[in-house]
Amino acid sequence: MTEELFVELFTGLLREMIRIRRFEETCAELYSATRIRGFLHLCIGEEAVAVGVVGALSDVDAVVSTYREHGHALARGVPMEAVMAEMFGRSTGCSGGRGGSMHLFDATRRFYGGNAIVAGGLPVAVGLALADHLTSDPAVTVCLFGDGAFAEGEFHESANLAALWHLPVLFCCENNRYAMGTALAREHAATDLATRAAGYGMVAWAVDGMDVLAVREATERALAYVRDSGQPCFLELRTYRFRAHSMYDPDRYRSKDEINRWKELDPIPALAARLVDQELMPAHDVEQWMAGVEGEVDAEIAAAVAAADAAPLEPVEHLTRFVTTEPGDARPGVRAS
Amino acid sequence: MSRHPVTTAARTEAPVTTTYREALREAHRDALRSDPRVFLLGEDVGRYGGSFAVSLGLLEEFGEERVRDTPLSESAFTGAGIGAALRGLRPIVEIMTVNFSLLALDQIVNNAATLRHMSGGQLSVPLVIRMTTGAGRQLAAQHSHSLEGWYASIPGIRVLAPATLEDARGMLAPALADPDPVVIFEHGSLYNLSGTLPVDPVAVDISTAAVRRSGTDVTLIAYAGGLGKALEAADALATEGISAEVIDLRVLRPLDDATITASVSRTHRAVVVDEAWRTGSLAAEVVARIVEQAFYELDAPVERVCGAEVPVPYPHHLEEAALPQVVDVVAAAHRAVGARA
Ligand SMILES: Cc1ncc(C[n+]2csc(CCOP(=O)(O)OP(=O)(O)O)c2C)c(N)n1
Ligand SMILES: [Mg+2]
Repeated sequence: MTEELFVELFTGLLREMIRIRRFEETCAELYSATRIRGFLHLCIGEEAVAVGVVGALSDVDAVVSTYREHGHALARGVPMEAVMAEMFGRSTGCSGGRGGSMHLFDATRRFYGGNAIVAGGLPVAVGLALADHLTSDPAVTVCLFGDGAFAEGEFHESANLAALWHLPVLFCCENNRYAMGTALAREHAATDLATRAAGYGMVAWAVDGMDVLAVREATERALAYVRDSGQPCFLELRTYRFRAHSMYDPDRYRSKDEINRWKELDPIPALAARLVDQELMPAHDVEQWMAGVEGEVDAEIAAAVAAADAAPLEPVEHLTRFVTTEPGDARPGVRAS
Repeated sequence: MSRHPVTTAARTEAPVTTTYREALREAHRDALRSDPRVFLLGEDVGRYGGSFAVSLGLLEEFGEERVRDTPLSESAFTGAGIGAALRGLRPIVEIMTVNFSLLALDQIVNNAATLRHMSGGQLSVPLVIRMTTGAGRQLAAQHSHSLEGWYASIPGIRVLAPATLEDARGMLAPALADPDPVVIFEHGSLYNLSGTLPVDPVAVDISTAAVRRSGTDVTLIAYAGGLGKALEAADALATEGISAEVIDLRVLRPLDDATITASVSRTHRAVVVDEAWRTGSLAAEVVARIVEQAFYELDAPVERVCGAEVPVPYPHHLEEAALPQVVDVVAAAHRAVGARA
């Protein structure tokens, strides 16, 4: 790659991570102001995974995610306005306001949610990949889930099925070392998740999930492998959440020291430092550039909040809409226009 | 919610001010202290302090063997509870919410509820399973459903739904003493309910419904999160001169037909409140029993106030519209009473 391409790649990744970070910070504020309700799970600290994995996909690929999915949705290109409106419960939200923070959907972008049952999306990802396989579609289905989900039977059943049937699934385990308050070593007898996944007969490896370049590169390799071989693949992305599990979580189960140690690995300053270290940009320019990006991103967020605020609520008379298919509703195989 | 603190009979010491959550915690503390066979297991019951903070502090007091954090493996740890119960221990399995209990449904239905029968009476499963149920906190469709009515249809288990501090405090001990599986539903909106309790726990009968308010014109039948709404509706009706009796089902299986029938035979009208979907609901079962057992006592069709048939939506206004509200209960009571003429 030429130097300009490196700069473009680095700044592109950095920009998107900053965008997600600022968005999440705004969500936390809006939650405290009771504008966003329900459960809210932030991905602050884990932006390198969202940006590195989801940003590497092509439009034909599908994404299945969890309740900690704002970053995944934004990286997938779901418009910020639609994500924010969803959290405000407005009809202009990406799920029509019905789902809220944990249930972001965007069928046109093949973003299949937003699942709040831990591991609940995994079997569905297998099914999406099965359909792609049966119709010879070259798409890969990427399924993001946590280290906690890895303990569920649904993960193990899905991994076996995908390997057994040779399905194009990319399993991305976002290992942030905790399932709510339960530390990795208290949920798994063997904590090397990639090695265990390999036991299902898949190519699997662990990646530094705080390093967006490493995540990006691993994802590209994994995607190429899945597309070429038609076999599933597993990435364990080792990361950390800087905030509590959700806004309800008093975070009693880990030490400030531990959190601070991980904050030193913050993917955003880490990548900014790489720009300087690799002599792609002088330190002063990086600082200026970042300040500029923050300004742009904050403007985008402010516009999204304002739009969400002004957006309409769905009329109460529509309460029982979207339970079963009604005329004009989407049906499988019939792509929404 | 604290408008209807439960008052109790004669007591010597001054009552303590407490909450539903703390009452549950005290019940666990008592059980763990008084019986070495009792242990608690579930996701985040220990270090996190319980997802709804019921078990907060119990790990420190009883240690990790008896307050046992589990991985996210609902089927496996519920089944493990069943196995330990078969061996004579008294496990309390906490499942975070009824929505996630579906991953353990196989173990509950096909093992816990069935082993005694399939083994011709050789096996006993003295297991308690606790979980949160209900909506009202904008948690959307995968965290808000009221599926306790499904459980109430399963022979082989007892199903409880404490709606008062007294029941939160007093139901665990008899549940643990039951030789068969008991499933306890805690409505998520009740944890902060506050009021007073006597220092010494009052024994609670886990086979009968409770009349929470006496009345003569109409019987409001509710449970769990619906009880407070029924009591509020009764207050509102009282201001119009309509005297409502309020029954707290509290034992969802086996249903206490006698209490329901006796009340309806006095008031001749009934309204059943149930946050769950109307079709095939516990409310449907209650109405069927009233019709079977007290048909000739009725002066009006039995009314139901149930959850709308929609996965619970996230926005506040739609969630409210999907759930039974006090005004809906009052309106149903008006219809029932109005039909008298
Ligand atoms: C089946 C199920 N069990 C329990 C829960 C409650 N819960 C929500 S998130 C969570 C922790 C999941 O941890 P992990 O998979 O590591 O994802 P993370 O939150 O760390 O991103 C738990 C226990 C749930 N939503 N679904
Ligand atoms: Mg985790």
